[in-house]
Amino acid sequence: MIVEIGHFALILALVVAFAQGTVPLIGAHRGDALWMAAARPAALTQAVLVAMAFGALMHAYVTSDFSVLNVINNSHSTKPLIYKISGVWGNHEGSMLLWVLILAVFGAAVAVFGRHLPPGLSARALSVQALIAFGFLLFILFTSNPFERVALAPADGRDLNPLLQDPGLAFHPPFLYLGYVGFSVAFSFAIAALLEGRVDAAWARWVRPWTLAAWTFLTAGIGLGSWWAYYELGWGGWWYWDPVENASFMPWLAGTALLHSAVVVEKRDTLKGWTIFLAIVAFSLSLLGTFLVRSGVLTSVHAFAVDPARGVFILVLLLVAIGGSFALFAWRGPALMPGGLFRPVSREGALLLNNLLLATATAVILLGTLYPLFIDAVGGAKVSVGPPFFDSVFVPLMVPLVAALAVGPLLPWKRGDLAGALGRLKLAFVLAAAAVVGIWFVFDRGSVLAVLGLGLAAWLAVGVVVEIAGRIHLLGIAPVASLRRLLGLPRAAWGMTLAHFGLAVLVAGVTASSAWKVEKIQTMRPGDTVEVAGYTYRFEGARDVQGPNYAATRGRFTVTRDGEPFVVLEPEKRLYPVQQMPTTEAAIRSTFLGDLYAVIGDAEGNEGGFVTRLYFNPLVPWIWAGILLMVAGGVASLSDRRHRVGAPGRRPLTTEAASAKA
Amino acid sequence: MRRLAALVLLLLAWAMPAAAVDPGEMLADPALEARARDISKDLRCLVCQNQSIDDSDAQLARDLRVLVRERLAAGSSDDEVVDYVVSRYGDFVLLRPPFKLSTYVLWIGPAVIFAGGLLAVVVFYRRRGGVAETAPSPLSAEESRRLERLLDGDGRA
Amino acid sequence: MKRLLFLLPLFAFVVLAGYLALGLTKDPHVLPSVLIDQEVPPFDLPPIKGREAGFRRDDLLGQVSLVNIFGSWCVACRIEHPFLMRIKEERRVPLHGIDWREETLEAGPAWLARFGDPYTLIGDDPRSVAAIAFGVTGAPETFVVDKRGFIRYKHIGPLTPEVWEKTIGPMIEELRRQ
Repeated sequence: MIVEIGHFALILALVVAFAQGTVPLIGAHRGDALWMAAARPAALTQAVLVAMAFGALMHAYVTSDFSVLNVINNSHSTKPLIYKISGVWGNHEGSMLLWVLILAVFGAAVAVFGRHLPPGLSARALSVQALIAFGFLLFILFTSNPFERVALAPADGRDLNPLLQDPGLAFHPPFLYLGYVGFSVAFSFAIAALLEGRVDAAWARWVRPWTLAAWTFLTAGIGLGSWWAYYELGWGGWWYWDPVENASFMPWLAGTALLHSAVVVEKRDTLKGWTIFLAIVAFSLSLLGTFLVRSGVLTSVHAFAVDPARGVFILVLLLVAIGGSFALFAWRGPALMPGGLFRPVSREGALLLNNLLLATATAVILLGTLYPLFIDAVGGAKVSVGPPFFDSVFVPLMVPLVAALAVGPLLPWKRGDLAGALGRLKLAFVLAAAAVVGIWFVFDRGSVLAVLGLGLAAWLAVGVVVEIAGRIHLLGIAPVASLRRLLGLPRAAWGMTLAHFGLAVLVAGVTASSAWKVEKIQTMRPGDTVEVAGYTYRFEGARDVQGPNYAATRGRFTVTRDGEPFVVLEPEKRLYPVQQMPTTEAAIRSTFLGDLYAVIGDAEGNEGGFVTRLYFNPLVPWIWAGILLMVAGGVASLSDRRHRVGAPGRRPLTTEAASAKA
Repeated sequence: MRRLAALVLLLLAWAMPAAAVDPGEMLADPALEARARDISKDLRCLVCQNQSIDDSDAQLARDLRVLVRERLAAGSSDDEVVDYVVSRYGDFVLLRPPFKLSTYVLWIGPAVIFAGGLLAVVVFYRRRGGVAETAPSPLSAEESRRLERLLDGDGRA
Repeated sequence: MKRLLFLLPLFAFVVLAGYLALGLTKDPHVLPSVLIDQEVPPFDLPPIKGREAGFRRDDLLGQVSLVNIFGSWCVACRIEHPFLMRIKEERRVPLHGIDWREETLEAGPAWLARFGDPYTLIGDDPRSVAAIAFGVTGAPETFVVDKRGFIRYKHIGPLTPEVWEKTIGPMIEELRRQ
């Protein structure tokens, strides 16, 4: 019964979305306040209905209702509760429902928090939001119905892919979707602004918190996915340039660019057409990512839904949504007037450089991701575009970005003094150089590029500190006064500092972990010892253990350092009987300088020997720390009063106030 | 059927627990083994898609790793080994696509995109840089409209 | 000029969408062989248990032949098998087999004993030496090899009467005449 209610709620949501997508839009066109006012209650109703549908599906999972096909295919009665819940979105149908739920929730949030928005803008934006929801609800109801029943319920289900039965991956999709779908708000606002023919500082200020929220979620989502890959796939890799990863990375890059260009619109009332374009692109790339994953046009280790009918449907959705918005952009965009003076050496100049590099990086990854498809379509010989390609084109774009990032925030708006800014960075330069020299002598076997990469990270980190020290006049005034200034800084300033500092930490982690990874692969019998990066691993043997829905072989290593006990590592190799699938559970011990990472493989010989893989992954914890700092930066910035959604209306802000906050 | 098999494979390969290289297949000579690892990292596992043979547990990937090592041990150069595998499976096995007619767009594209972006930025600065400062040009129709808006207290200075 | 600039994204997207639509019509798993019209490289496989002769490249010279990759572990090969027996009965063309990646020495021969042995020559290939030489990615695959030992056609997956009548059969006749 509950399942049918869920299905029915979804159908009702479709009807509501249609009404919400048309009535307020017409109302805004005609200037009819009553019709426009329909948008808000409709958005709330739609969210409630989709939430009911989602709740119904979750109920079916939690109660293991095996009369529902989706539950049969993806659940099992012995599965732990948390994975029964995450199983809801661990499959195609359920994940699309989650997608629409998040879309509807964002719509409702705009309705709730956007009460102070001009009625026309709010009505149009909510309509656009509903039109997207309408398309995806149609998609679910016609090609991917999660509520399908079977006539004869089997005794038990087929279980969820064991790789998905993991805390990291359980929450990876919701965060990723919150990010992906969050960009729909910026998109809807962009379309609404194009329809209105008006983009100004106030518009940018309304769009920024939504973009920031989406960006923060997406950062966290990508981070979770990467972390999962790191500990679950069993060899310490954390990024593969896989098409599905790229599908989430492209919106992130475009969203990052958007976040920065929106600041320019807000402060300088210029770059408007470009910002609108980025808002459309960020969400379009999210849609494209959904298409790529759901249609299976690109083979990838991730594609779990391969169905041409779904592919065609999403492609049509893409054509309407992206094609339509670009057509609108071509039609209304040229009317957006550029603002005043714009100089290369200024804050806005630095932000433009940021946008140039980020946009290029996005385009380059798009090219690489889709290239196999292009070649295939024109009948050429198949090619693969793998990590070596992406590394060699992406890194050269990121180096100038990171280098310039230390300078940009030191430049004032309108007209900057490059020599002065660089002068303030003398300390950063000296410390970065010292880091390069120091690391070179500590790891003299290291590659030049990796050492320079760490130097770059140091340059940025110190640059960020110099910037915030300048804001609080550190050393210039009494320390207490400085501290008071520090505490008084707007949260948005903290956000920027944290995020930029996080990037520096991330760069260091990425560089070191790729360059200085230590790997030892061997067969070990109980009592054997192996030394990895200064740690001695003694293999104590392995035994069989039984988990709730798997059987495992658990190995045991006693790790010592300089003869002192350091840690005991117990990696597992699991077999999930329902799906007959093995997984590896690496044992990881993080230290400040890197992770000790142990994996146990197959039994070898008759004397209790096992294949063991032992790694030292330098600075990998820095990668996660960097991502966390970036997320923290996003959250801090979001909590800033100025970014609070529904904040001030279209009131002019004095230039003084604007620059004081800059 | 084959398609089904491919699907099953794909599902299995769905981020298969990797760590593929086995002690049994490794070469005794560390220099040779290191070369083999480097070569393997750039060769694609054909049945799992998007993983290198170095990361893959698939049988065919294992056999290719062994083949790479055998050929290296027999004295082939890195290029000869890679060329042999490419002659059997085509450019598809190379995770780093070769620079040739079919991939010119791929390899030159990034530079073209960047140059295009840079050009756009330069043009943008030419139009927007210093002009207003040295010689205030007469207001265009659009600018007048903006000015009006500003005077209405609507836009933002 | 400016209008054109704003049209650029739309234009780029339309092109992209065209490719995506084309992409939907293709199966990304199909890897076309680069070996068509290439000479089969040297290989020399030992016989499987119970047979005297192995299978090597030079066995392919002098007449048009088929080479089929199979394995006792391969589900699709069982589906294909009855059709291979029919080819054997027709006696139009020699069908050679590469017994690929058996886990034990007995597995292949036992499988053939149970379902019938359609092959003229069989080579045992536990470590994919010949399979890699033929650029094989999965079983079954079937190759048409001409008199000079050049690969002329590759069929992926089980052979079907349709492919046999429309493509492979006529091709064998034509290659014979050459």
